[in-house]
Amino acid sequence: MSTRPAVVVDDVSKRFRLYRERNQSLKAALMRGRRAVVEEFWALQDVSFEVPEGSTFGLVGENGSGKSTLMKCMARILQPDRGSVRVNGKVSALLELGAGFHPELSGRENVFLNGSILGLGQKELAAKFDEIVEFAGLGQFIDQPVKNYSNGMYVRLGFSVAINVDPDVLLVDEVLAVGDEAFQRKCNEKFADLKAAGKTIVLVSHNLSAVHNLCDRAAWLEHGVLKMIAPARQIVDEYMSTVQIDRVEDVETGGNRWGSGEGRIEKVELLGPSGEPASKVRTGDPVTIRIHYCMDEPIPRPVFGLAIHTLDGTHVTGPNTRDTESVPDKLEGEGHVDLRIDPIRLLPGTYDITASLYDYACLHPYDFRHHVLRFDVDPGEPHESYGVVSLGGSWRVPGVDPAA
Amino acid sequence: MTTLTEYRSTSELLGNLTLRELRSKYKRSALGWAWSLLNPLATLLIFSLVFRFFMRVQLPPSETSGLQNYALFLSCGLLPWNYFTNSVSGSIGTLVGNANLIKKTYFPRELLVFSNVASWNVSLLIEMGILLLVFLAFGNMVLPWIPALLVLIVLLTLFVAGLSLIFSVLNVFFRDVQHLVGIVFQAWLYLTPVIYPITLIPESHVLFGVDLPLRRIWELNPMARFVGAFRDVLYDLRWPELNDIGYLALVSVATFFIGLTVFNRLSGRLAEEL
Ligand SMILES: Nc1ncnc2c1ncn2[C@@H]1O[C@H](COP(=O)(O)OP(=O)(O)OP(=O)(O)O)[C@@H](O)[C@H]1O
Ligand SMILES: [Mg+2]
Repeated sequence: MSTRPAVVVDDVSKRFRLYRERNQSLKAALMRGRRAVVEEFWALQDVSFEVPEGSTFGLVGENGSGKSTLMKCMARILQPDRGSVRVNGKVSALLELGAGFHPELSGRENVFLNGSILGLGQKELAAKFDEIVEFAGLGQFIDQPVKNYSNGMYVRLGFSVAINVDPDVLLVDEVLAVGDEAFQRKCNEKFADLKAAGKTIVLVSHNLSAVHNLCDRAAWLEHGVLKMIAPARQIVDEYMSTVQIDRVEDVETGGNRWGSGEGRIEKVELLGPSGEPASKVRTGDPVTIRIHYCMDEPIPRPVFGLAIHTLDGTHVTGPNTRDTESVPDKLEGEGHVDLRIDPIRLLPGTYDITASLYDYACLHPYDFRHHVLRFDVDPGEPHESYGVVSLGGSWRVPGVDPAA
Repeated sequence: MTTLTEYRSTSELLGNLTLRELRSKYKRSALGWAWSLLNPLATLLIFSLVFRFFMRVQLPPSETSGLQNYALFLSCGLLPWNYFTNSVSGSIGTLVGNANLIKKTYFPRELLVFSNVASWNVSLLIEMGILLLVFLAFGNMVLPWIPALLVLIVLLTLFVAGLSLIFSVLNVFFRDVQHLVGIVFQAWLYLTPVIYPITLIPESHVLFGVDLPLRRIWELNPMARFVGAFRDVLYDLRWPELNDIGYLALVSVATFFIGLTVFNRLSGRLAEEL
């Protein structure tokens, strides 16, 4: 494969005008006269990079960082105010699937219309028509007006047409999150095919594991400025750890608390490898979760419990002192109990800790503190891409030295 | 090579967009295509009643063809006029109406305007075909004049496309254009000799002591000349005057290129302004 770049983004800046009162009337224009009440806003500033031919390139960044704007500049939908974008070969942009569909027209009519908007000739379209319908999995619905389609069907047809344009460069902006499981799998296969066929793909996604898996290289945009360009894995790691750095100590006010209160959980701390309280640790670090208690009266056989949840509510683990039979006869006054975890096998992400103090029968709550502490896990060792925990397994593969 | 394939796919896209206009225009109406004929027919009927029978517009017999029929006289002006106003008003909304397409896909934007004009052009050709048959039935041998008629339609289309380009893109920046043009068209109809013969306008008129060549001024209006020329060819069966044709060719080509220039100047910002 040649090293000729498929896309050259050369010092691109894009400015938007923000009208203070968005009043597109002649009166407004005359009233404000020559001195227009517009603010300027630079959505992209001096962005330069090259996408090598045949590679898959990711674009990451927060909401509003200019990813879509950059994609539209590559697709010639927007014209940069400074700089230029050069694309070698035919571009197809998947910015919104089925954007050109006319609701009253049938799927068949729309395939031909949308196909020719995307640059396919009538002959090619006729030749590929069956394949397009087949891929979209629409069957007899193809002759129904598209306004009667479900969202998924609409998107599938849109994707099917766009992907069959047979582009040299495919621009994909966050459109693959729709469609059911089976269709997503088909899409991923199609991407793999395109990749194997030496096509160039530029992908915008907030799904970092997709960027990590699909992309060779990636760029990171921040407020319209190119912050970093590197191999995809490196970008994903850096991006993840920076995005989460502004974490506030805990979410005390956000959590719920209940219980009779004779004994209380005053504070929960996460101690990092150095033994200092931390809000962020790495996969594989030795850590300690410390529960500070305060008993107003002697509590017989108290049971301490912890739970760790992911942000989407998955209960990752729930150790307690009763299960391990580490329950004292009674506790009074102030003190703390520790849960040592070495190493912590949580994979990168954000987690919430819930702590509880119960009687031995676990029927009477003295204090229950829901989501008392939130912390982040950054990439460490082992480095795994999927799931929430690593089981710490090791591979034995013929021809690979396990010690290496 | 690439320009050739590009040209082909552009013209195919224009064809497809025009088909879309035509298909969606009468989709889900019981009479469908018949509406495109019933509409001008109804206007024709109403105008004939009002102006021929109530207002009693006097129409002398044609010097060259001897024909004296108000409905036919009116048709010659009304069909081009309808084509003109329908295309321009339709085009004004077309960019705003296709905002989603413009913001999410790339293709030459002027095709949206052209496809709208082309769809009305198809209606005009069908109406003209029927009108030719009617003229034949009334004994006007219009067949030899068809080439001249086609030349006029081409010129009118250039004029219409030019104005459509200008107004459609201006409307994206100032939405008032739509309403403004609606009013202008109402007045313009009566300033154009569609429902009355140009001979109704005096050669000159004294206003505040100044002798105005009123007829000459009237004829500055390109639509007045267009209507006159269509009438010459179909109703009177004679060649339009050479200066008419020259004037129309000049105005049409100029309007078209001004339209293209304005459109290209502003169309780069369509995706962000919509
Ligand atoms: N047509 C427009 N007019 C004015 N401002 C715009 C326009 N389009 C985008 N912007 C602004 O430009 C900035 C970048 O937008 P863009 O859509 O490129 O962000 P993004 O990185 O794709 O974000 P997301 O992750 O939410 O998709 C935003 O602040 C947005 O408000
Ligand atoms: Mg975006």
